[in-house]
Amino acid sequence: MLNAKIVKKFHGFNLDVEFETDGGCMGILGASGCGKSMTLKCVAGIEKPDSGRIVHNGKVLFDSEKGINLPARERHVGYLFQNYALFPTMTVEDNLKISLTGKDKEKQIQISEQIGRFQLQGLEKRYPSQLSGGQQQRVALARMLLCKPEMILLDEPFTALDGFLKDTLQLEMLELLKDFNGDVLFVSHSRDEIYRFCDRMILLSNGESVVEGLTKDIFRKPLKVEAARLTGCKNISPIERISEYELYALDWNIKLKTAEPIGDSTQYIGIRGHNLIPVNNPEEENTMKISLAGSAHTTFQQQYLVQNASKLSSSKIWWIREKKEYEAKEMETIPLYLKFPKEDLLLLS
Amino acid sequence: MGELLKTIDWSPLYLSLKTGIVATVLTFFLGIGAARQIMKLNNTAKAIADGILTLPLVLPPTVAGFFLLLIFSLRRPFGRYLLENFDIKLVQTWPGCVMAAFVIAFPLMYRNARAAFEQVDVTMIQAGRTLGLSERKIFWKIVVPIAAPGLASGTVLSFARAIGEYGATTMLAGNILGKTRTVSVAIATEVTAGNWDTAGFWVLVIVLLSFFIVASMNIIAGKNMNNGSGWA
Repeated sequence: MLNAKIVKKFHGFNLDVEFETDGGCMGILGASGCGKSMTLKCVAGIEKPDSGRIVHNGKVLFDSEKGINLPARERHVGYLFQNYALFPTMTVEDNLKISLTGKDKEKQIQISEQIGRFQLQGLEKRYPSQLSGGQQQRVALARMLLCKPEMILLDEPFTALDGFLKDTLQLEMLELLKDFNGDVLFVSHSRDEIYRFCDRMILLSNGESVVEGLTKDIFRKPLKVEAARLTGCKNISPIERISEYELYALDWNIKLKTAEPIGDSTQYIGIRGHNLIPVNNPEEENTMKISLAGSAHTTFQQQYLVQNASKLSSSKIWWIREKKEYEAKEMETIPLYLKFPKEDLLLLS
Repeated sequence: MGELLKTIDWSPLYLSLKTGIVATVLTFFLGIGAARQIMKLNNTAKAIADGILTLPLVLPPTVAGFFLLLIFSLRRPFGRYLLENFDIKLVQTWPGCVMAAFVIAFPLMYRNARAAFEQVDVTMIQAGRTLGLSERKIFWKIVVPIAAPGLASGTVLSFARAIGEYGATTMLAGNILGKTRTVSVAIATEVTAGNWDTAGFWVLVIVLLSFFIVASMNIIAGKNMNNGSGWA
């Protein structure tokens, strides 16, 4: 259980977050420079908040009112740095050994166990610069877990790796973290990583938490504009409410029916690119005649930028198709109409 | 030349080396200590403290010598205090040579150490802290080894500067053969006395010694600081 309220002023903006975990993995998602890493560093005790309170399993790590600021080495927090922070002048073995205390023989036993567990056999005498990115990450994890931390903080653990390695290593880490019973905080700017690792998440934007809750709920129903953007919703338009189940999307110039009632707080409507459906019948509900404004072909997706054909000054809309459904030739033909299924519309405030 | 070698008094070389070694050991530890303490200060205090510690490098050595005399002269309170309470005398003595060489060489060590420490990635230190290491262990086991190339070049430069010290040495320690006459002081003395052969000999010694020091530093640096960029 981690309970944190952190206020810190730095480089032109204010970090002001408050969150709670109840075991398991908690994700912190946000764009670069939103204060994610600073939050982790404050929890670990390598940065000092201006004010606030951090309590972990009943132990007060920081309390500005009572003047408590436990040094990092007494917090029993494992921190996996973005660049792994292996000590460059030490071999793998010495990197693992440095935090251990006790007799040399016992240390050696612990180290060889850890080396086996993290599949580092044969690398004991190598220096960090002689290891691949994935190996460095395993050494850093092994070193961190040797200290028997009560909480683990992962700071963008996969950002420094190339895409090919990433997927394998993510599965490996999931496996290794399964054995860990304490709290895990996982910071990332990648919504895919957060979705994969974290049951709960908090969304940070400009130093403030936008939403907090179960990861799956937030992805399904982001509720806030910032949350919709950070979870990957590219199409967002301000609205004018017409009736309880009908609205006008101002940027797209289209009247849309909704499945859920439109509350007073609803200011925007959003829809994910892959939820738009091509149709031939313009009479269907929530359908727009489109014209193509641009397209891009990625490995597994076709991405189109389309516009309302009846008004070319309207905002562009991303429409995404998975490639496997279509033959390459058919991909070239653009349907005349796109449908905004009402059950996929995101009502946002 | 053979004649000269037979009659020469080797004490200046011996004194220079001894002074250089002792002064370098002092600058090594105090320079590292000062660098570490100064990095903890805020920016204004840092600028002022850095300025004071660097002064001996930019001032004429005679100015440093003047201040040293002002402090340690037996006619001044602190100098008298040292003599009466600890029996320490720096004026016209070999410890005076060491003190003069130390003061002049210190900024080289301090500045190199500080630059080397400032290059150390701060996440190394933060990692050490989260791994539960003491600040002392972090400093000696992590920071110092990473900064080693910079510390090594600082040490070598300090040593080279210390054995060549002349200005502050003559003012504080004087020029007593066998006691405070180092090679650099001997050169000036021999030239004044018209003994160009002896002066030339000492010049040769100091040139060779200095070259040897700088060349060995380049070799060490070449080994440790090859960053593989191939920038030529």
